[in-house]
Amino acid sequence: MQEWANQLCENRQFGSKMTDSKYFTTTKKGEIFELKAELNSDKKEKKKEAVKKVIASMTVGKDVSALFPDVVNCMQTDNLELKKLVYLYLMNYAKSQPDMAIMAVNTFVKDCEDPNPLIRALAVRTMGCIRVDKITEYLCEPLRKCLKDEDPYVRKTAAVCVAKLHDINAQLVEDQGFLDTLKDLISDSNPMVVANAVAALSEIAESHPNSNLLDLNPQTINKLLTALNECTEWGQIFILDCLANYTPRDDRESQSICERVTPRLSHANSAVVLSAVKVLMKFMEMLPKDLDYYGTLLKKLAPPLVTLLSAEPELQYVALRNINLIVQRRPEILKHEMKVFFVKYNDPIYVKLEKLDIMIRLASQANIAQVLAELKEYATEVDVDFVRKAVRAIGRCAIKVEQSAERCVSTLLDLIQTKVNYVVQEAIVVIKDIFRKYPNKYESVIATLCENLDSLDEPEARAAMIWIVGEYAERIDNADELLESFLEGFHDESTQVQLQLLTAIVKLFLKKPTETQELVQQVLSLATQDSDNPDLRDRGYIYWRLLSTDPVAAKEVVLAEKPLISEETDLIEPTLLEELICHIGTLASVYHKPPSAFVEGSRGVQHKRLPGSAGSGESVESPDTGSAAGVSEAPPAVIPSQGDLLGDLLNLDLTPPTTTGPPPPSSGMQMGAMDLLGGGLDSLMGDESEPLGGDLGGSPAMGAGFGAPPAAMPASFTAPVSGGLDDLFDLGGGVGMPMGAYSPPKTVWLPAMKAKGLEISGTFARRAGVIQMEMTLTNKAMSVMTDFAIQFNRNSFGLAPAGPLQVLTPLSPNQSIEVTLPLNTVGPVMKMEPLNNLQVAVKNNIDVFYFSCQYPISMLFVEDGKMERQVFLATWKDIPNDNESQFQIKDCHLNSDAASNKLQGSNIFTIAKRTVEGQDMLYQSMKLTNGIWVLAELRVQAGNPNYTISLKCRAPEVSQCVFQSYEAVLKN
Amino acid sequence: MIGGLFIYNHKGEVLISRVYRDDIGKTWNPSYTSPPSPSHWNHMRNAVDAFRVNVIHARQQVRSPVTNIARTSFFHVKRSNIWLAAVTKQNVNAAMVFEFLYKMCDVMTAYFGKISEENIKNNFVLIYELLDEILDFGYPQNSETGALKTFITQQGIKGQTKEEQSQITSQVTGQIGWRREGIKYRRNELFLDVLESVNLLMSPQGQVLSAHVSGRVVMKSYLSGMPECKFGMNDKIVIDKQGKGGASDDAGKSGKQSIAIDDCTFHQCVRLSKFDSERSISFIPPDGEYELMRYRTTKDIILPFRVIPLVREVGRTKLEVKVVIKSNFKPSLLAQKIEVRIPTPLNTSGVQVICMKGKAKYKASENAIVWKIKRMAGMKESQISAEIELLPTNDKKKWARPPISMNFEVPFAPSGLKVRYLKVFESKLNYSDHDVIKWVRYIGRSGIYETRC
Repeated sequence: MQEWANQLCENRQFGSKMTDSKYFTTTKKGEIFELKAELNSDKKEKKKEAVKKVIASMTVGKDVSALFPDVVNCMQTDNLELKKLVYLYLMNYAKSQPDMAIMAVNTFVKDCEDPNPLIRALAVRTMGCIRVDKITEYLCEPLRKCLKDEDPYVRKTAAVCVAKLHDINAQLVEDQGFLDTLKDLISDSNPMVVANAVAALSEIAESHPNSNLLDLNPQTINKLLTALNECTEWGQIFILDCLANYTPRDDRESQSICERVTPRLSHANSAVVLSAVKVLMKFMEMLPKDLDYYGTLLKKLAPPLVTLLSAEPELQYVALRNINLIVQRRPEILKHEMKVFFVKYNDPIYVKLEKLDIMIRLASQANIAQVLAELKEYATEVDVDFVRKAVRAIGRCAIKVEQSAERCVSTLLDLIQTKVNYVVQEAIVVIKDIFRKYPNKYESVIATLCENLDSLDEPEARAAMIWIVGEYAERIDNADELLESFLEGFHDESTQVQLQLLTAIVKLFLKKPTETQELVQQVLSLATQDSDNPDLRDRGYIYWRLLSTDPVAAKEVVLAEKPLISEETDLIEPTLLEELICHIGTLASVYHKPPSAFVEGSRGVQHKRLPGSAGSGESVESPDTGSAAGVSEAPPAVIPSQGDLLGDLLNLDLTPPTTTGPPPPSSGMQMGAMDLLGGGLDSLMGDESEPLGGDLGGSPAMGAGFGAPPAAMPASFTAPVSGGLDDLFDLGGGVGMPMGAYSPPKTVWLPAMKAKGLEISGTFARRAGVIQMEMTLTNKAMSVMTDFAIQFNRNSFGLAPAGPLQVLTPLSPNQSIEVTLPLNTVGPVMKMEPLNNLQVAVKNNIDVFYFSCQYPISMLFVEDGKMERQVFLATWKDIPNDNESQFQIKDCHLNSDAASNKLQGSNIFTIAKRTVEGQDMLYQSMKLTNGIWVLAELRVQAGNPNYTISLKCRAPEVSQCVFQSYEAVLKN
Repeated sequence: MIGGLFIYNHKGEVLISRVYRDDIGKTWNPSYTSPPSPSHWNHMRNAVDAFRVNVIHARQQVRSPVTNIARTSFFHVKRSNIWLAAVTKQNVNAAMVFEFLYKMCDVMTAYFGKISEENIKNNFVLIYELLDEILDFGYPQNSETGALKTFITQQGIKGQTKEEQSQITSQVTGQIGWRREGIKYRRNELFLDVLESVNLLMSPQGQVLSAHVSGRVVMKSYLSGMPECKFGMNDKIVIDKQGKGGASDDAGKSGKQSIAIDDCTFHQCVRLSKFDSERSISFIPPDGEYELMRYRTTKDIILPFRVIPLVREVGRTKLEVKVVIKSNFKPSLLAQKIEVRIPTPLNTSGVQVICMKGKAKYKASENAIVWKIKRMAGMKESQISAEIELLPTNDKKKWARPPISMNFEVPFAPSGLKVRYLKVFESKLNYSDHDVIKWVRYIGRSGIYETRC
């Protein structure tokens, strides 16, 4: 040992006299040949020099793989420096020369037995880096020994080597039992071994999402927390990142872990701090909000986050991206720290932009004056992106803090006066948003805006300006001239501008029809005839049709009152935010994207979730998900735009619908109302030749007042009613006995696979005049589900939940719960295809899930659906024959009386019965919740199992569904 | 984890490249001319080139220290004109990667001084050796220079006995990885520097928009054995606590002098859990120089200077600037290296300056008037006035009026921090706290000290 060390010493001295940089210079042609000779030289010194040259060539990108055998020959040396150089070469080229690489195996295996722990570790470390199968086979035995080596330095290297081997051959690692050995190392006496074992296990676990490899339990957690105090800064990061994946059993465990993690917030290493913040942010979710410790913890988080801003700029950037997430999740932490996010003159641009974002998020009435003064200052800086963002920020402040709106607008006007092109354009874009938030308040500035029309050259600004002109056309005297000027270059505009221009001119026309007829025709023909953009053409056609069919309706549609825009437009969607909070400190938090968006393969694809809160029933109190379980939340200020059905589903505000709906329809028949549900618009959009379904009558397409509010709900309506009882009644079939309405058996609506473990099966029923949705929720996931809520999309009959979804206890894994949800029919209406289709969104603490199901239309048959005989006759005649449909019901073995009884249970009433030539004719009526009457003639011939049914209705669309209900009722 | 680490010179030539993971190679960059080859080495070169083309040679200023090119993430830091880039394909801990890159710079500096192309080329074998040791499969390992220098040396290791080897490994992996056993000094000495940088942003009207002090306690310890140290300062929380418990007369006096620390971070030698529970700072120090703690204060900061600007635009071709500076500390103390930087518009054609004290010069290349004063005592005032001639321009863009900045150095801590004690205990060796010679020094420097005008 002494010998090689001395030699090393001499060599080093030699090396330091003639510096290494000379190796970078040689670029002769016969270089490889010369190197070959030198590598095979007898002189050790020359050999080493040659290897150095080879490494230098390799670094600058020259291909020196031809020297493989010669370099490998130098491996068997006791000179540690030379050995390391040869190993480095091997790691780079072994894969391209697998057969040659095998020559090195013997030396590796021998080195793994070397008395010097540094050499043992070096060998096992390098061997793991050589991704050649043949070598990997030989690695197993030495690795097994090294994992149990007496020296911690060797063990910590071996621990990482298991992860390397797993990356090459996962099966081998499992077969050889290395995973168990690795798990044992978590209990190692040396903290660094523990840390590396944790790192390796975490990595391996990522590619086996369900393996429970880490098996985190209170005992291992305790071991990790102990090691946390003793290991290197890097080890602390590995351990904290691993801890963040643990879900504590209850709030007490959560608190005790938090208490042991908080000291890390004072670590000099920012990554340790951020990883600690991650653990705390996650575990905090489980603490009851009324706990003193919860408040303490919130206070403790602010200072270290602020301190991160005095780190180097690159780290500041990472910290700011994370703070952006943290203030969205828990704005209270940093609400008093606005000043630290003020931009410094010589901050790098990426830091400036991020600070600006956070300033807006923290802006409130209390600090708005300061913020505005700052933003105004920034708007005069040099960097274009930054200036734009600052201008935009002023607009966002106006929208967010109402009291500041006026000041913001005047600041923006000042900026427009500067005439700096991009400032003006940006200002106009944000002023448009301010108009939408505060309509009829700041229109006096329009004149100033119009002065700058010519300088706008960016599509977004042009579109915004055009929107303003169209929206306020009646107040701008020369609106038609302004819009006409844009029209000249219509085809050169971007789609955004074209669409906006089309709409603006149509608006103008509806407001000032006399002077602008020519203009509107021009734009409509430009859009529909000369454009190859399908969106533009479609929009053009819709307007055209609308204007030519019914200008009144057009006015109601085009000039409809717009919903106000939301305060925070760029908030990260809550489920993504929750996932990103679980990734604090990592690249995902920097990109604000889930790992699956930028990591290839299986790694990192599992979605992480925040744990649900325990203790008090109250759920998350931050505003974004605030109304999750709230029973009497105020209705949200933002109205989702009409017809935006996706938006409707996504924007799960889950406010329970009010039970005081519009007044019930008058007793007069409202046949034909079905068309109003949407037929009008449908026919506008559909093919020209399709006949209009019914009379549009000039009323808006949205029929809001059709539903009758349900009769007073019996107190017991939430009690689960077993289906068996109904069947008994059915069998009894006694005349005059009220029979339960038919209810189909439960079917699976939402399979667990599609809903992260939540399975929903259900059915609909009408009980005592109340429509009910009966569901079985089953938790097939590993974690507890809470905070259930439900919402329907608008549907044909305005079905909506009459109350919140009552799931009072958390749903444990493998548990099922029966829920009955009473429904009413006063919700928003939209025609669905098929008519009885219902789109449902269910939310729980994990995510939001969507499914659709179909309800039997018989559910909607009301109790007072029995028509007077005379009325029946008159109506039957009155409905045109075109509206009659005939169906066959096959294989039904009931006689006419039994059928009549059965149908009556479902509110299908027999008004009269005639017998002609052995054929029973039943005349029946039923009324839907929205007042539509359906008339039926059912023909039953004794001995013939096939019934014939004729249905007549002013809204023939329902016939198909009614027939299905007949079939279902009669056959069950 | 980190997939690879590259060091480039300013031209984008690779000086060092070390690949830890196979996955990073698969970045295919169309600007790379030769076809992709299956060999590992060539794969990696694609990543190397992708970074050069997209970041180093990018026309635009770097917009982010993290760049994603073809699903590969590049983290970079720059030291003078050398680029260090870490590459990964996974969702790594981003903060850790940057911390590691800084650490890598520290380690290299500790070994061979300034990070320059020449030094890197001269030490490339050493750098590879270090990279092999401090990153394993992309996981950072012990990177304390104190420990590394015991077995990775430029001068070679002298004879290693078995005991010495195991001492090395136990130090590298041990709980006290930053200090080796058996250090001996004839004279036990301690140097303690309290270095503060005071930051200010003031409005033209003299309103403090933001002010904070970021301070560092830097120690040089030359102590024998494994000494246990305890550091005390006038931390408000500690002093209030003591005040409650004991001597009441003392509490009133010291309470006034105590300071509220917003936040502090410590070198890894400090026992954090002890600080968390008792707020006492105890540690076994590394040998030589290191940074014991960093802290931040925002309350009751002594602003050593006040800058009063007055800018007047006289017509379109002339600016009049008057700046008064006032020193605000004890008259017996002297501030040094005072420099006031008054920015001038880009179209400045000429400047006349008159100052009462020091020297002032217009530096056209820096677009600023630089006013330097060697020394200035406390509670004094000085003034500069300048006339700036402007060339008429058509440029619509208004001059941004960057803030007036200031540099200085003062012999006190603007936060008010005082060192109360630094006790040394070494039970195994025969020296006591009294035998240790201790030196304490306070230096306050300007950080970003700006007044808008």
